[in-house]
Amino acid sequence: MALVSVRSNKMRSLLTMLGIIIGIAAVIAIVTVGNSMTGTVTDSMSGMGVSNITLSLSQKSSEDTSGTAQGVTLRRFMDSTPGADDLITDEMLDEFTAAFPNEVSRIDLSQEVGSGTIEKYGDPETTITATVSGSNAAALQAMEDDTPILAGRWLDDEKDAGRQVAVVSEKFVEQAIGGSNLEAVGKSFTLNINGFLYTFYINGVYEYTENVYASMFGITDDDQIQTNIYIPLDVAKTIAGADAGYQSVTIVAANGVDVTNFVDTVGSFFASYYTYNDTWTASASSISSLVESMTEMLNTMSLGISAIAAISLLVGGIGVMNIMMVSVTERTREIGTRKALGAPGSAIRMQFITESVILCLIGGIIGVALGIGLGAALSSVVGMAARPSIGSILVAVGFSMAIGVFFGYYPANKAARLNPIDALRYE
Amino acid sequence: MMKQTRAAAPGDTRRLHLPQPHGDAPAPAEAAPAPEAAPEEAPGAEAPRPLIEMHGIHKSYYIGKPNELEILHGIDLTVWPGEFVAIVGESGSGKSTLMNIIGVLDKPTAGEYTLDGVDIHRAADNELAAIRNRKIGFVFQTYNLIGRQSALKNVELPMLYAGVPAAERTRRAKDWLGRVGMAERIRHQPNELSGGQKQRVAIARAMVNEPALILADEPTGALDSETSRIVMDLFHEMHEKYHKTIVLITHNPALADECQRVLTLRDGRIVGERKGSGRRAAL
Repeated sequence: MALVSVRSNKMRSLLTMLGIIIGIAAVIAIVTVGNSMTGTVTDSMSGMGVSNITLSLSQKSSEDTSGTAQGVTLRRFMDSTPGADDLITDEMLDEFTAAFPNEVSRIDLSQEVGSGTIEKYGDPETTITATVSGSNAAALQAMEDDTPILAGRWLDDEKDAGRQVAVVSEKFVEQAIGGSNLEAVGKSFTLNINGFLYTFYINGVYEYTENVYASMFGITDDDQIQTNIYIPLDVAKTIAGADAGYQSVTIVAANGVDVTNFVDTVGSFFASYYTYNDTWTASASSISSLVESMTEMLNTMSLGISAIAAISLLVGGIGVMNIMMVSVTERTREIGTRKALGAPGSAIRMQFITESVILCLIGGIIGVALGIGLGAALSSVVGMAARPSIGSILVAVGFSMAIGVFFGYYPANKAARLNPIDALRYE
Repeated sequence: MMKQTRAAAPGDTRRLHLPQPHGDAPAPAEAAPAPEAAPEEAPGAEAPRPLIEMHGIHKSYYIGKPNELEILHGIDLTVWPGEFVAIVGESGSGKSTLMNIIGVLDKPTAGEYTLDGVDIHRAADNELAAIRNRKIGFVFQTYNLIGRQSALKNVELPMLYAGVPAAERTRRAKDWLGRVGMAERIRHQPNELSGGQKQRVAIARAMVNEPALILADEPTGALDSETSRIVMDLFHEMHEKYHKTIVLITHNPALADECQRVLTLRDGRIVGERKGSGRRAAL
């Protein structure tokens, strides 16, 4: 019955629904895109390890050093790199591990050396570049899941300390050494790092995985491969001329530890070493806190767009109310007839509310379809899989029906309270 | 006035009424009363009850605060079950106002009105709606069918408000459309029907809830004479075959003369009452 009157005024119904359609479509689209974004980010980040806590040195902000001499502040701006006294030391880490034996799974230490170049195998004219970094066994072990060792072994903290050994990728073997992975183990190669030549013996070969970002930007050329060479930590420190400390370390929390809370504990533990340091302090952060702040940002964005959508829905709802008022006026005689035939006010009210709900429901469904389409299109532009949220679709459909009831009630009530005689005689 | 009303045609109404003591159960099947089928009748104490009983009905409208416009100045009216009564009057005589009150679309300002034993003054709005639904069948001059809905749906409507199950609604609506000769057009919408056909659908709609009273307001006012004849014959059929009480409001004297009793309304008062000839006019 209600469908008949919606169908008989197709154009008018459509125009009336427009506000609802736009509002619902906007909400669904933004939820779909937001969902895809958080989903993609969370997926890629959980791969990085949610239990990782990054401890790094940072400059104290002016609030931390308020009351210190002007000279100190000046010095802070001049020294952008921490001095030897400021670095995180092995002693600190040992004390930390001793203080939290159950919470800490391991501590990954690494020292960036820089990039080294080497002649391409069988083609001395071309050089290939590899990134060299020193790592402790714990850091390398953590990589085992993604990049298993194919030949030889990973580095060992005790045995390999001070030795000129390296773990390279199969790609590096293919490009710079030649021969099979097994044959490569034990061979030596010479790397040019910042103009100095260093010779390393291959200790192990690990599986090469294409760098996600390299493939994204189309750098798949063999000459420009992104490959990492891992050498013992102390050797790396010597080559880099680094001091006996670290600017940043990765602490991996044990299973079952609430990382979000533990981050604060770690931060305050190390910050206590820097209480009397004028410029530097240590702070801790984790992937999960990063994900949290990312989600927070997305939520804020969604909220903004939802506010706009809410305004659109409000305007749409008022449009529905308006058209229902017109409909009640147009059909005054019909209402009078129905009342003469014995329709109680409640039946008339129900009839018009149903009509308004159906109008909004159709608008809501069109809006959902449009929103999913729009969200999918936007997601695919950014290169993510569209993830429409079933919950939000149900909420949107339910909400559009609620709009129908809310904005349909007044006109319906007006119809229900019409005097039957006046309604019958209405011209 | 009331005395006059009663005295004018007592024999007529009684005679008409007597073969059918159940005034409120006028279905043809129950028309022939078997002695054991009516146990409450056995003592013979219950006198026949008028269907419409009005005493001193006044109706005023307030137009602005000090002005009160009285349309009806004390109407006394009694209609017995099974009667076919015409109310005639010029425009402005208060016909429509009286019809609204008889049809419980409006309440009188003063006076008593009992319809089929129900005191209208005491009834709330929803009860009035139920009375209109179950006890009264309206036939309007302008048909008042619901547009964009088939004849079938239109006839089903009163039963919808009476809470009749869907299958039963359809069955009864088809049955009544058949009785008014519209069986072939049950799927047609009002705009696909002629005036006479529309009025026939409207009569089926008025009859479908088996009301005690058919209230027809100028039912042939918008029809040509040939179609008017068909519609009037249909009313006679409803009266004779189904023993319906019919109140016909018209300004056409020839039409009124077909009825059993003719009441003349002028300036808000019933000024005359006579027997109808019963002769069907060539309209």
